[in-house]
Amino acid sequence: MGPQVVALIVLLLVTALLGLVWRSRQGRLRPHAVSDATADWAPRLSDLGVGPGSRATFVQFSAPVCTPCRATSRVLSALAAGEPGVVHTEIDVEEHPDLARESRVLRAPTVLVLDATGAEVVRASGAMTPAQARRALELATGTVSTRTVDAGRNA
Amino acid sequence: MTRPDPSTSEVQAVAAGVPAPTEPPRSAATDPPAPAATEAPTKPGIDARGPRFGAGLTAALLAVVVLLGPSRAGLALLAFVAFSFLLGTAFGTQGTWQGLVFRTIVRPRLSAPIELEDPRPPRFAQAVGLVVTAVGVGLGAAGALVAVPWAAGIAFVAAALNATISLCLGCELYLVLQRARRRRARR
Repeated sequence: MGPQVVALIVLLLVTALLGLVWRSRQGRLRPHAVSDATADWAPRLSDLGVGPGSRATFVQFSAPVCTPCRATSRVLSALAAGEPGVVHTEIDVEEHPDLARESRVLRAPTVLVLDATGAEVVRASGAMTPAQARRALELATGTVSTRTVDAGRNA
Repeated sequence: MTRPDPSTSEVQAVAAGVPAPTEPPRSAATDPPAPAATEAPTKPGIDARGPRFGAGLTAALLAVVVLLGPSRAGLALLAFVAFSFLLGTAFGTQGTWQGLVFRTIVRPRLSAPIELEDPRPPRFAQAVGLVVTAVGVGLGAAGALVAVPWAAGIAFVAAALNATISLCLGCELYLVLQRARRRRARR
C-alpha cells in the first residue's frame, strides 16, 4: 500500500470518529454548573420583552446559517403550545451577540432551559429531539433531579 | 416525480432582487406550512437533499486528490474543487455543477422533499470549503505541493460528514467567527 492509500484510510477513520462524537453530542442535556449572575435570566427576559413561563422557559440561540435551528424551533414551539406555563423564545445571535457571549454560547442552536424563577437549569447544543425537550422540561420543573441528567443524555 | 422544484425559482428570484413569485404548488401532506406572507421573500427554501448529495460528490473528488498525493494532477483537481466552492459561495449550492446534477438526474427520481431548508447554511459551508481548498491551491501553486493533500483531507472530513450525517458547519463556526470578528473590530 502506498502512503496515499494509508492517508485515505486514516482520513476515513478520523471522519467516522468525528461523526460519531458530533452526533452523540446533539441535543445532549448539560446541567448548569455555575450559579452566578449569568444564570439568572429574569432581567434579560424582561429586556427582551418576553414574559417568562410560569413553569419553564426555553431560550433558544439561533444563527442565520443554521439548519437544525429551524427543526429545534419547531420542536420547542410544539412543546410550549402543548404545555401550559411553558414559553419558547428564540434569540438571533446576529441581533444579540452580547447575550450569546455572556451566556458562553459557542454553537447554534443552543437552548437554555430556565425554571420558574428564570434561572438556568440545563442547556443543550445541537438539534433537539422532542424526547430531549420533554426531558429538559422535567428537569426544569423539578419533576426529576438534575443529578440523573447523565442517565438521560441519550434520551 | 416530475413536479417542478418550487425552491429553485424562488431562490433565484430572491437572488436577482425581484420579489418571489406567487406561492408554488404545495402538497399539504409533505410540505411544511407556508411561512407568513411578510417573511416569504426572505425565507426561501431549497431541497435539503441537494447540498448533501453535492457534498458527497465533492468528498469523492477530494478523496481522489488525497490518493493523487503531492502532485500536479492533485493540484489541478483540487483547483477544480475550489472553483466549485467558488460557484457555491457566489450563487448558493443550486448554482454549482453538483446542484445541476442533482436537479437533472437525482431530484426527478426522488419523492417530494419532506422539508425545505434555508439556502444560507449550505452556502456558508461552501465558503468555508473555498477558504480551505484555496489555501491548498495557493500553497501548491507556490511550490509547496505537500499542502495539496492536506487541504483536500481537511475539506474531505467536512464534506463527508455533511453528506453522511448533515454536519452543519455554520452551527459550529458562525458564533466562533462572529466573536473573532468583534474582537478584531474592538482593537
